[in-house]
Amino acid sequence: MIFLAEHFVRAPQWTWYILFYFLFAGLAGGAYVVATLLRLSGDPRDESAARIGFYVSLPATIICPILLTADLGVSWTRFWHMLVDVTPGDTGLNFKYWSPMSVGAWGLLVFGVFAFVSAAEAWLSDRRGSPVLPLVLNRAFNVVGAVVGIFLASYTGVLLSVSNQPIWSDTWSLGGLFLASGLSGAAALVALLMRYRPEAAYSIGRLHQADGYFSALELVLIIVFFVTIGASGDLPRVLPWLALWAIAIVGVAASLVEARGHFRVQASGGSAVIGGVRLDTVVVSLLVLLGVVALRAAVIFSAQ
Amino acid sequence: MEVCPTGAIIRTEFNTVFIQQDVCNGCRNCIAACPYGVIGMNQQTGTAHKCTLCYDRLQGGLEPACAKACPTQSIKFGPLAELQQAADVRLAALQSQGVSQAQLYGRDDKVYGGLNAFFLLMDKPETYGLPSAADAKLPSRNDLGGYIGAAVTAVLAVVAGLVALRRRVTG
Repeated sequence: MIFLAEHFVRAPQWTWYILFYFLFAGLAGGAYVVATLLRLSGDPRDESAARIGFYVSLPATIICPILLTADLGVSWTRFWHMLVDVTPGDTGLNFKYWSPMSVGAWGLLVFGVFAFVSAAEAWLSDRRGSPVLPLVLNRAFNVVGAVVGIFLASYTGVLLSVSNQPIWSDTWSLGGLFLASGLSGAAALVALLMRYRPEAAYSIGRLHQADGYFSALELVLIIVFFVTIGASGDLPRVLPWLALWAIAIVGVAASLVEARGHFRVQASGGSAVIGGVRLDTVVVSLLVLLGVVALRAAVIFSAQ
Repeated sequence: MEVCPTGAIIRTEFNTVFIQQDVCNGCRNCIAACPYGVIGMNQQTGTAHKCTLCYDRLQGGLEPACAKACPTQSIKFGPLAELQQAADVRLAALQSQGVSQAQLYGRDDKVYGGLNAFFLLMDKPETYGLPSAADAKLPSRNDLGGYIGAAVTAVLAVVAGLVALRRRVTG
């Protein structure tokens, strides 16, 4: 049954700051998750790649509140009202579990602690030449941090859905879509940065394979997105942004092709160990990252 | 009101919705959520604004200025039960005159469980820029579905990531 939804809302004018916040939130959470998965792989030779993930996660996380504060415009000094209710006579901490923006503000703060501690631990371990924390403790901390990272990478999509805007509120797929896209982008970024940490290239083949799985999930969710939007009758709003969707699809396709190559090498008895970052990794990673930006831009702008 | 992360939007002692200007930080989440498009941004203050229903006048025992000044008496203000009764009488009068398309919007609980403001319409609600009963849904309808979708994706992604990364390299 086709349900033709009608909307009479005003656009919130969430534009460039929010677009890049969504990008960096996805990369920050995604990089932490990818780093944790590498550390959980159980092979000490993946540690170098894992640390790249933690190094990426911290600056990406720091950029997030800066973008959000800038988006507030002249009210930027009130950014902390997200966390503290200043209503006269009713002051206290603000936490509304039913409001993704409220939960997200806390999620970003909590994730910042995990991102900072893990990046600091990676840096100290690099300097010392051996892990500074016991393996079990470190992994347990990373797993909890990865759960918060998954939330950070996905809640931005849920935030859009929990509105009355066309497109955004007509689908439930955005949370999962932004998560899959963030993971894919983070894996691509970590692979790209292996260029500056050659010993990490040991993990590159399997990282591309993981990225392939993330991209496959993203592709499925893009299809779900279009099916749900089509069912609500809002497909015409998406059409002007098809070029951005095409860029997003190119990123997904590039990741899938690259992953397939690494799967075939391994299936035919190859080692899948690459001496360093080759041109194909650079090109594919850049296409994937471009696709991650384009996907968010297509979703954000199609409703406004 | 449902989505406001700062607690700036409150319900007053008169059951009206009010945006506290000293609490709002201009995140615009309320604008994205409001199904009637009545909230806008004040670029000078950087905060969200909507009609206050003349909160200061209400506190002084006065009706809102628009209802007071309306030359055609189109806007009425008063106790809800009295307004509902007046609207029912008006609707019955119109329908007895053959105006069969006349309908009350927001009078019953079909739209957001009932509105404290309602309108006499001569066409379907959409014509007036008002969501129909089928479209009148709170933003939180997607809360659970969105998080479940993300959680399922997370489980699949973590399992897939572990499968890919734990695959042993022979070289």
